[in-house]
Amino acid sequence: MTAIDPSLRYQRREQGLMLLLASPAVVVILALVVIPVGWLMTQSVYDNGFTLEHYRRIFSEDIYWRSFALTFRMALTVTVMSLLLGYPVAYAAAHVKRPWDVLILAFVILPFWTSVLVRAYAWLVLLQRTGVTNQMLEGLGLISEPLALVHNELGTVIATVHILLPFMVLPLYSTMQKIPRELMLAGASLGGGPLHSFLRIFLPLSLPGVVAGLTLVFVLTLGFYITPELLGGGRTIMISMVVARNVELYNQWGAASAVGVVLLVSVLAIFALVGRIIPLDKMLGQK
Amino acid sequence: MAKSGGERVEIRSASKAYGAVRALDGVSLDIAPQEFVSLLGPSGSGKTTLLGILGGFIQPSAGTVLFGGRDVTFTPPHKRDIGIVFQNYALFPHMSVGENVAFPLRARRQPKSTYAEKVRGALAMVDLAGYEERGIGQLSGGQRQRVALARAMIFEPRLILMDEPLSALDKQLRETMQIELRQLHRRLGATIIYVTHDQREALTMSDRVAILKDGKLVQIDRPERLHDHPADAFVASFIGEATLLPVGRAGGDGVSLAGAVLKSGRPLPAQGELVLAIQTEKLLIEDGTGAPERNRFQARVTDVVFQGESLRVFLSLPDGTALSLRQPSHYEAARRIPPAGEMLTVSLHPQDTIVVPKTGTP
Repeated sequence: MTAIDPSLRYQRREQGLMLLLASPAVVVILALVVIPVGWLMTQSVYDNGFTLEHYRRIFSEDIYWRSFALTFRMALTVTVMSLLLGYPVAYAAAHVKRPWDVLILAFVILPFWTSVLVRAYAWLVLLQRTGVTNQMLEGLGLISEPLALVHNELGTVIATVHILLPFMVLPLYSTMQKIPRELMLAGASLGGGPLHSFLRIFLPLSLPGVVAGLTLVFVLTLGFYITPELLGGGRTIMISMVVARNVELYNQWGAASAVGVVLLVSVLAIFALVGRIIPLDKMLGQK
Repeated sequence: MAKSGGERVEIRSASKAYGAVRALDGVSLDIAPQEFVSLLGPSGSGKTTLLGILGGFIQPSAGTVLFGGRDVTFTPPHKRDIGIVFQNYALFPHMSVGENVAFPLRARRQPKSTYAEKVRGALAMVDLAGYEERGIGQLSGGQRQRVALARAMIFEPRLILMDEPLSALDKQLRETMQIELRQLHRRLGATIIYVTHDQREALTMSDRVAILKDGKLVQIDRPERLHDHPADAFVASFIGEATLLPVGRAGGDGVSLAGAVLKSGRPLPAQGELVLAIQTEKLLIEDGTGAPERNRFQARVTDVVFQGESLRVFLSLPDGTALSLRQPSHYEAARRIPPAGEMLTVSLHPQDTIVVPKTGTP
């Protein structure tokens, strides 16, 4: 037998130390994610013995279906709205000179520091029948009847978009900022008009940020609770509220767990499907 | 690829001010079709600003730019029809080599059926035939440089701007590329304006070199004229390897240096303080065979540095003034140099005795 190459032993020890650095995080993830999710899954199929009753109820009862459909529709709407509103803001922040970019980002992040509850109530005040928005529109003579801006899906979408916008703007901004300015100059010098250069150079290079933002906002909206509860007016029953009701009203942990598991699986399925259609790995890592 | 013919470029008293700073100050240049002109200067001399004005990325505060007699001062970059090669190549990282090179064709909405052939031609021109499908990340620095070049010339622009395109390459590759660029220029027949801070590069490739300093044009001339007839002390220090020594007047055609009088074969500047520019390769060690009219003087050897193909000899005049000369490192030359501490006689031909004004006359 030949002697072990000492450089390999050295490398292996270094590798081991590096892995050790990650161990606190691994412990936290085990304690806070893996164990609870495992417990959740067990709960969903256990009720004095193994049962699929909770799942049968989800797939047979209308209320669950409607809630799931609504939740995914909301998530999609909010995500698209956030992208449409957030992309120009991030673009501006990535292109203006020094004090202005800080100012734009400050305006994006500032609401972050207020609680979601406070912001939801603020929207309630702004959007209700006798709220500032309706009064202003009536004052301007644009409408004769107050618009139903809140206690419905619309109000929920407006407030949720506002609350989740930073999760769209920040990844977009950080990606855009890394796109070398020279590339757009090169595009222009080679004959690309502003729109052509944007579509062919800037947009494709900003896609990793778009994907990150879309993912964050979509997933966060799926689990939103306070905002739809306050602004949905009891008619917008998101899946998170179904979970809460099962636990709080009926003390049905099994049913709540089953809903959670179905949500988790469907999100994973969606991302798997999207990943199959759009080559995400190619978009995130450049050629 | 067909010769595209060069564009005449005229810059008329162009200035650019950023607040109180004048990045460019009344620069006028007239560049003939198919000429290769380098803009040479230290950082902050205004050469990049001037290139930005030519490219359309910067609008001058005053002055005009004409391409072939057309005023393009405020024409946006994408309507100027010029090829630009950027310092860091600015290749599009999400596109293949072929897609990068085809970008100008696509931007100009040329028929798609012509792309493949034109891309093949452009890549062949820069010795990258068959690289169409490669990703940018798979290329070496020199290959990226060539792709940038192919991309800038595929649409047969009449003017190509280059912003220090070789500065990121290592010395050997840089020198090869310099010669290749020279040959490419001849084949393309486009006007080329080349920004660099490397005087050797500028001298190697250019028909004419424009020297910029503090936003002003100091001198524009052919490389050999620039080297042997610098307009002032700045140009003399920037071009070649010269020791600049302040000197006094001695008669109508001479200057005094550390007690010795050196005759100059050229007319001296009429007035102002004088500076003698002794280029290291023009100062010879006297071996008794030099022409009688040479200026001769004594100096002490302070150090001899071996630099491969040449030896640099550091000298000190009797009054302590330091200067140096360069000798090819062949057998006889090396033997002529005494060890440090010894005296020797050096000589400078009157035609090589370059006397310039301390500051240029505006």
